[in-house]
Amino acid sequence: MIAYLIRRILYAIPILIGVNLLTFSLFFVVNTADDMARMQLGMKRVTPEAIEKWKQQHGYDKPLLFNAHAEGVSKISDTIFFQKSARMFAFDFGSSNDGRNVAREIQTRMMPSLAIALPTFLIGLLIYITFALLMTLFRATALDMLGVSLCVLLMSISGLFYIIGGQFVASKLWHWMPISGYAGGLDSIKFVLLPVLIGVMGSVGASSRWYRTIFLEEIGKDYVRTARAKGLSELRVLFRHVLKNAMIPILTGVVVVIPLLFMGSLLTESFFGIPGLGSYTIDAINAQDFGVVRAMVFLGSMLYIAGLVLTDISYTIVDPRVRLQ
Amino acid sequence: MIYLLLATVLAAAVWIRKRPHLVLPWQRVAKGSVGMVSLLLLSLFVLVGLLDTLHYRAALPEKSNGQTVYSAEVLSVFDALAKGIKSRTEKTYSAPLAAYLYAKESMETSEGKILRDYPRLRYGGAHLVDPQRELLGDVLKRTGIGALEGLLIGVLLIAVSNMLFHFFVKFRTVSSSTGGKISTDNGISIFTGAMKNKPCKALLITALLIAMLLGVTANLAAVYHVLGTDKVGQDVLYLALKSIRTGLVIGTVTTLVMLPFALLLGIAAGYLRGWVDDVIQYIYTVLSSIPSVLLIAAAVLMMQVYIEMHPEWFETSAARADLRLLFLCLILGVTSWTGLCRLLRGETLKLRELEYIQAAQAFGVSSSRILTRHIVPNVMHIVLIAVVMDFSSLVLAEAVLSYVGVGVDPSTMSFGTLINSARLEMGREPMVWWTLAAAFGFMLVLVLAANLFADAVRDAFDPRLNRT
Repeated sequence: MIAYLIRRILYAIPILIGVNLLTFSLFFVVNTADDMARMQLGMKRVTPEAIEKWKQQHGYDKPLLFNAHAEGVSKISDTIFFQKSARMFAFDFGSSNDGRNVAREIQTRMMPSLAIALPTFLIGLLIYITFALLMTLFRATALDMLGVSLCVLLMSISGLFYIIGGQFVASKLWHWMPISGYAGGLDSIKFVLLPVLIGVMGSVGASSRWYRTIFLEEIGKDYVRTARAKGLSELRVLFRHVLKNAMIPILTGVVVVIPLLFMGSLLTESFFGIPGLGSYTIDAINAQDFGVVRAMVFLGSMLYIAGLVLTDISYTIVDPRVRLQ
Repeated sequence: MIYLLLATVLAAAVWIRKRPHLVLPWQRVAKGSVGMVSLLLLSLFVLVGLLDTLHYRAALPEKSNGQTVYSAEVLSVFDALAKGIKSRTEKTYSAPLAAYLYAKESMETSEGKILRDYPRLRYGGAHLVDPQRELLGDVLKRTGIGALEGLLIGVLLIAVSNMLFHFFVKFRTVSSSTGGKISTDNGISIFTGAMKNKPCKALLITALLIAMLLGVTANLAAVYHVLGTDKVGQDVLYLALKSIRTGLVIGTVTTLVMLPFALLLGIAAGYLRGWVDDVIQYIYTVLSSIPSVLLIAAAVLMMQVYIEMHPEWFETSAARADLRLLFLCLILGVTSWTGLCRLLRGETLKLRELEYIQAAQAFGVSSSRILTRHIVPNVMHIVLIAVVMDFSSLVLAEAVLSYVGVGVDPSTMSFGTLINSARLEMGREPMVWWTLAAAFGFMLVLVLAANLFADAVRDAFDPRLNRT
């Protein structure tokens, strides 16, 4: 087990290097640091001196990959690639354009993001699986048809609609809760409730339908027939046998996203004005803050890879046949 | 370019027709009423999109030296068709089917006093003398007439197409069978015959409903703003119809970009295995491990900088917007091929172990021939299903990306930009809801039709679903 884990983590390293190289070439080769400086300083009336100064301030005034002027190790280390990209492996994300430390910013913004993402994830999972099980229970009846049609309809509606519509109905029409904002502690509940509800609502169609196909695939198998032949009730068959056996495909889709919960949701957070990582990213995109976007890309892929490892581990827990070697 | 695509689809259809085992699943699609109805809706959208793609530059009146000068504004055939609603712009917001502006304005009355009231619209309901009294009656009258007209035209069109089809069939039977008794059906009896057939019935009813709806809209749009006007007084119906093209372009071009990647790399990885497989797997793991929105955002940001740095490349702002749109498709394609690639790799791995491939190998058939003759045709159903399924999600993704600020150029009309500009209007008092409603409504119909069609295609092609 431990050996397997170590191997998995080692395997993740080349992938992370790949991600790093990719973002590096996106951010520094396609557009040079000069271009970025010009963007930041405004298009007009930019003097070469101003560009040089900006580059120096933000540490972009070095060669890309190889510094011929330096001595020894610093031939490689005194470059943009090493300073800006390779350092991310040590969680050193540098600073954003307004001079704040990105790593610290990420730490403080993680909690609000989690406060939204975690309840959305858990409540959502519960509702989707219940809904899907119900549809499986009433499979091939009018109720099932209705459920599936509802799912298709729900998944055809843009996610933006749920957010805008929900905000309008709950906050403006009924005055249930504030439209946007966030507060720490217990106060946060009233800010969190609506985004969570909308988040759950937003993917109820696609997810329930997906779980339903998983359950339907399981229910056609032989062990289900055996269970029924033993005289078990349909409910018992569903919950004791089908649900357990459908765990592997469910876990495959679900565990991967758990680490990504830290990243928060781009849309929800920016609409509801929650100071989480999602809105941080959006602000950075709008302000063209490359340092932050770069850091978020790297963080995101790191979390995704962590999710993959977690998925493998979770298999061993639900399925005794799976051995990690 | 888009017409090339259309030609390919038609050629593929002709090619498929000749092969009975390929016709079979399509016939299954044709037998489901849901699939056919959604196909009809989709083709309607595609028609609007195609009309909007035929661009031209209007020639300005000739100058004295006889040289023809073209205006800078690029128009499309659709613009010409919808010239009425395009040119009739109001001052600012107006509600659907309204005769008054939505904002109060200071007006001078005939006695010279200044009065703050809702002014009459320049075009909406301009023919009415006393809108407050006549509006409802006029709208109802036009609705009725429009519905009737639409119904009539619809019935007429269907009857004519039926007759043509019937004539065609008769022609074929006459030429193929010598002396067979020619039935003396006419168009109407085929019409009644079709009513007994379930999908045909659904299709006919939908077609008639659409015809009625179109009739009503056309009739009302002649004198009103059916869906109101936006902030600068543009007709929302026109904007929404224009947005269809952007959605379609993103859906199709992205798929086109994605397909070669996914097909080539997926099959190569599955068939060749070894280090090729390792490299390709590495590439798609790296790409898919970056959250796609972030990757797209990063790429689009970089592209923006790039475009700003080279303003001299673009003659018109429309060209720039178009390039941005294409580039967005490119990025979306590059980020979205990994899923299909993984599927294809798995399927190819499975296929290459099957007996018939091994037999081909034993006979000394070259790898390239095995790939093109045996493997590619046998993974096509996966490709088709994936392509149709992806389409709707791409249309939805466009709206989200445009909101995030990494979508299409703000000057391009799309559902995303429409929603984005209308988002803050919800906060106005009284609320301006029609722009949002129109954007979401059109998007819902488009995506729903695409989803339902995708389901029909999947049901027909997926070999895992057993059917009797």
